[in-house]
Order: sequence, then structure tokens, then C-alpha cells
Amino acid sequence: MSSELIFETAEHTALREQARRFARTHIRPHAHAWDEAEEFPRELYRAAGEAGILGTSYPEELGGSGGDVSHVHAISEELVLEGHSVGAVVGIGSHGIALPPIVRVGTDAQKRKYVPPVLRGEKIAALAITEPGGGSDVASLATRAERDGDHYVVTGSKMFITSGCRADFVTTAVRTGGPGHGGVSLLVIESDTPGFQVSKRLKKTGWRASDTAEITFDRCRVPVANLIGEENQGFVPIMMNFATERIFLAGQCVAIAELCYRESIAYARERKAFGKPLSGFQVTRHKLADMATEIAAARGLLEACIARHLRGDNVTNLAAKAKNCATDMLMFVADEAVQIHGGYGYMRETLVERLWRDARLYPIGGGTREIMNELISKTEGY
Amino acid sequence: MKILVALKRVADPDNANKVKIPGSGDRVDTTGLEWKPNPFDEYALEAALRLTENGQQPKTRAGEVVVVTFGPKETETTLRAALATGADKAIRVDATDDQLDGDLVARALKTLVEREKPDLVVMGKQAVDGDSNQVGQILAELLDWPQATFAATIEEEAAGSVLVGREVDGGVAKLRVKLPAVVTVDLRIVAGASVYSTKTARTFKYNEGVRFAALPAIMAAKKKPLTEVKLAELAADTKLKVTYAKFQAPPARKAGIKVKDVAELVDKLQKEAKVL
Ligand SMILES: Cc1cc2nc3c(=O)[nH]c(=O)nc-3n(C[C@H](O)[C@H](O)[C@H](O)COP(=O)(O)OP(=O)(O)OC[C@H]3O[C@@H](n4cnc5c(N)ncnc54)[C@H](O)[C@@H]3O)c2cc1C
Repeated sequence: MSSELIFETAEHTALREQARRFARTHIRPHAHAWDEAEEFPRELYRAAGEAGILGTSYPEELGGSGGDVSHVHAISEELVLEGHSVGAVVGIGSHGIALPPIVRVGTDAQKRKYVPPVLRGEKIAALAITEPGGGSDVASLATRAERDGDHYVVTGSKMFITSGCRADFVTTAVRTGGPGHGGVSLLVIESDTPGFQVSKRLKKTGWRASDTAEITFDRCRVPVANLIGEENQGFVPIMMNFATERIFLAGQCVAIAELCYRESIAYARERKAFGKPLSGFQVTRHKLADMATEIAAARGLLEACIARHLRGDNVTNLAAKAKNCATDMLMFVADEAVQIHGGYGYMRETLVERLWRDARLYPIGGGTREIMNELISKTEGY
Repeated sequence: MKILVALKRVADPDNANKVKIPGSGDRVDTTGLEWKPNPFDEYALEAALRLTENGQQPKTRAGEVVVVTFGPKETETTLRAALATGADKAIRVDATDDQLDGDLVARALKTLVEREKPDLVVMGKQAVDGDSNQVGQILAELLDWPQATFAATIEEEAAGSVLVGREVDGGVAKLRVKLPAVVTVDLRIVAGASVYSTKTARTFKYNEGVRFAALPAIMAAKKKPLTEVKLAELAADTKLKVTYAKFQAPPARKAGIKVKDVAELVDKLQKEAKVL
């Protein structure tokens, strides 16, 4: 069964084939070990950069490969399906949320300085919005940036930052003005700035191959030239970024669920109970049928959301719906996959066990399930 | 240098368990199988690309690679993928697998070689579906060209020859073949320093494996020439020399048994397996 979205072209098919080959050679053999080690080698960024994977959806002038969100989704889905390491895929993909604000509202000099080395896989980029004191309420963030001549002096901390432990620079949301969303700006903070510290390497339930950091800024002096867009105008690019991030996250949910489903079919055919394969029980077949149905529904909504985004519609509302639909679906599918695998499904060597742990992140990261509903409520205008 | 590379689309060997044989036993049922390029042919393409470029500037071509496949219309995706990877031109010989055997493919390739006039034909050592390991050798014989099979290394030499390393028991045999020639390649050919071309610095090391095509290359491949040729144009006689009498699935492996000690093992090996 093909998992391609309805509007995909021969180029997507070819790209998927390349991504599968990349995943088979560079990710799959290490997927389990990286989860246990809670890290993947930095070299993977370079390999993915060289293969043109990191550059997808970025303009060729900046060292990108061209294409759009649909190409990113096609690649990321195949990396998950063939590579089996969600952690590695989201780790090498952290630039997918860190670079777009620079590309959208950054100056030419900023784009030239920060984008190409990341797309080559030589530098690592992360996005830091969330703080220890709160993630959902972005407009209340507390990290201060005080202007001092041609520098900002940044003090505060950021929490749960994907790829933050190894990032060379962090696209950071800071408060330059008064309270509320009108006082928020985006700054690129390089990790070798004095006062920048990875204060904690966080241990997680899932996504374990990717590193997640708590970062503190102690009077970091950041050049004003690193301001992305206008001062106090950071909130809008942050929100625009969230819409595509949610499309990517919904896409990952579909991919992970598809993998859970395939693993479950294979196991149900092979495992015997009461003298016949599990797939011989109607209950098992119906579980699989429910999983397939839920996946198809979430994929359909993802498809609609990507298609609308590509034709230029504002998808704030639809992306929130697609994310909630996909995360609910994944929680259900991953759980059923573990159930079908029985005791083996609860063991660390079993793929669906890992995917089940990975799945739990999705209703939290990139805006929680509740915050998605807040967004939907607001945009529906209740 | 101009190189002809033959590519075959095969059923994904990782899905061998999906291969089914109908009750009649007259063929392999290929419905539902996933297709991919024969891995050894991908290695052949990688080797050919390395021979026709400066490794430091792989986007600038310094030679020509023509890829050819024998297959139905759908196999053009395999050719497009090869063009995206870097090949310059593609030819599809319209045929289905059941109309072909190694001998006929080699005879048709001979005509193509006479038309295209490459300096070198590089092929995979075998296709992983039939594992016949024949076409390269028959082609060299028909062309009356030198051949070097199972190449683990290829070095281009200034004097119109290539030096081919083959792994043999206890070492590496080196064959110097004058061009034009036929070379078939083994897995090792895609190691970092397996291929040397006079265009690339000696010290340059490739990434191990076959290169990846990014989106711009995939887009550019759509504009590269891909032509279709009828099988009958290339071979007057399309009768097959190899015919298949019957297909049969290998017997299912029986479950193993556990023995409690070495004595029981020896006993079973003697009395039941009768190997001692
Ligand atoms: C593995 C991982 C990776 C992450 N990567 C990044 C990253 O790279 N960059 C980054 O900036 N952040 C990242 N995050 C942070 C993530 O975006 C936040 O965890 C998320 O936005 C929620 O914020 P919080 O954890 O502070 O929860 P809180 O905001 O404290 O929320 C706690 C609970 O209260 C609920 N809640 C809050 N407000 C409301 C409301 N108004 N109505 C109803 N319920 C409400 C929430 O839904 C949630 O259930 C990551 C998180 C994880 C776990």
C-alpha cells in the first residue's frame, strides 16, 4: 500500500526512493542503539546535508534543494518508515523550525550567514521559544534582551529545546519590549557566546535519539545584527512558523502510525495463539481495520491541509485540526500496535514499543492538544 | 570517456518472502512486489559516474554515461532515477522480462554498443532476481572485447586502458584491459577509493556507497534525453535460448530442535542427520 498523498508527482516518488535508500544505509542499522544511547552521531547531519535532504523546501540560492512542504513531508515519511528512528529524523530536522523565520523575515546577510552551513549539515540550528516557566503561553515569555549600544544583553532560560545540546546557533524568542505579544522579538544566539550554557541535557520518554536541552543565557551579548525582522515584531513569524511545524508534526504522526500498522500486520500473520495466527482472529483483523481507517482519515486531513497551504490559504485553523486529528490517531494506533504485540510489545527491543514512546510527544510538542483547541475555537469565532 | 551502463529493475530482494508461485508452476507471480534497481547495477552507475567526473566537482560532467534498460514503460522511472543520479542519457528497450534471457539481452546490447560506440561498458556482476551472471560475459564475447568481471576496483590509465582489481582467494588479481572493454562490478566498487579517474585527484575519497539525488537533480532529469527502442530493432532473432521448465518454491524450513547436551548432539548428528 502506497502512503503517497494524492497530489504527489513523479518527483515525489523519486525523492521518496532516495530517502528510503538514505534511511536504509544511514539510519536503520543504528535505530535501536541510538535510542538507547540517547544520541546519534553528528555526522548524520552532514550525510543528510550532502544528500540534499536538509535543503528540501529551501531556495537553491541559499544552498537548498527547492521544493515545498509536500516534498519535506514525503522525505520525512520515508525516513521514518525505512529508518525506524523518529528521534534521529526529528533531530536532523530541527532546522525545519529554526531556519524559516530567518528565511522569511531575515536580512540577506543573515540568510547567507546562517542558512547554507546548516543545509550542508555543517552547523546545527535549533528554535527556542518554550521556557521552564511555560510553553503554551508564548506571549508571556520572560527571557529579557536589553539593548546596550549595538548589542542586546540576554538573560533568561529556555526549556525542551530540540537539538539544543549541540546547536551552533539558536533562533530565540526574547522579550525586548513590554508585556504581551507586542514585546517579543527573535534573535539568533550563537552557542559560543559567553554566558550561553546548556544547563541540562534532558532525559526523555521518547524521541530519545534526539537531544533536548535546557539552555540558560547569563548576560549573553548578542549583536543587534542578529535581530530577525523588526524589534517587538517577533510574534507573527513565530506563529507562522507554528503552522508549518504542525503540518510536519501531523505528517510524522501519519508516518509513525503507518509503521506501527505495518509492523502489526506482519506480527499478526506470524505470531500464533490457540493454533492459528493472530490474524486468524476476527478481533485482530478488526483492530487492524480500525487502525487503517484512522490512519486514512488523518492522512486525508493532512493532505487537505498541505494542498491548501500550497495554494496560499491561511491554514492556522486547519493545521491545528490536522495536528489534533493526527495525534489522537497516533496515540490510538501505537497503543493498539503494542497490544497486538502482547508482552513483546512492552519490551525495549521491539520497534512498536519505541514508537509508542515516541507517540506520546505529539499531543504536547508544537502546541498542546488543548492549545490547538484554543486556536480552533478562536479562529472558528465561538 | 563514454560509458554504457545496463540497468535492470528487479523485485525488491528484501521482500523475497512475498514471491509467489502459482499452482501451474510456470512462472513467478510478480503482482504486489515492490520494484527497485538491481543493486549491482546501481554500483555500476556509481562507478561510471566516478570515471566521468572530477570528484571534487561532481556537478560538472567530464564524460558521458548512457544508461539502458530492458523493460516496459514503467521501468522509465528507474531510468529517470539514474538520470537524476547523474547519467546523461537513457535508452529503454521495450520488452517484458518473459521475452528476455541473458543471451538475447547480450545480443541486443551488442547492437546498442555498435550504435552508441562507448569506450567502456560497465554492468553489475549479476541481477539479484535470476542471479544468472551471464550478460556481461556474453556481451564481451559477442563484441570480441576484453572483459574483467567482479571488479572491486577500477583505475583509469592514460594509455587507453583500465586496471581492474578482482578479489580472489588469498588476494587481489589485477587485470589490465585495453579499451573498449566490458567490466562487471561487485559491491566493493562503491567503497571510498575504489574508482580512480584521471580527472580526480589521487587523494580524493568518495563517500562510501551510491550517491543520492536531491530534488534539483530529480527536476533536471526530466529534461534529459530518454529514448525508446524496439527489441526487434536490435536483435533480428528474438527467440530465447533459455526456457524455464518449472518454478518451485524452496521447501519450508523445518523448526530446529534443542538438545540437552553434547552427547545428544553427537548422537543426533550420527544417527539422524548422518553427517558424522
Ligand atoms: C521532546 C520535546 C521537544 C520540544 N522541542 C521544542 C523546541 O525545539 N523548541 C521549543 O521552543 N519548544 C520545544 N518543546 C516544548 C513544547 O512546545 C512545549 O512543551 C509545549 O508547548 C507545552 O508547553 P509546557 O510544556 O510549558 O506546558 P504548559 O504550557 O505548562 O501546559 C501544561 C498543560 O496545561 C495545558 N494548558 C496550558 N494552557 C492552557 C489553556 N489555556 N487551556 C487549557 N489547557 C491549557 C496544556 O495543554 C498542558 O496540558 C519541546 C517539548 C518536548 C517534550
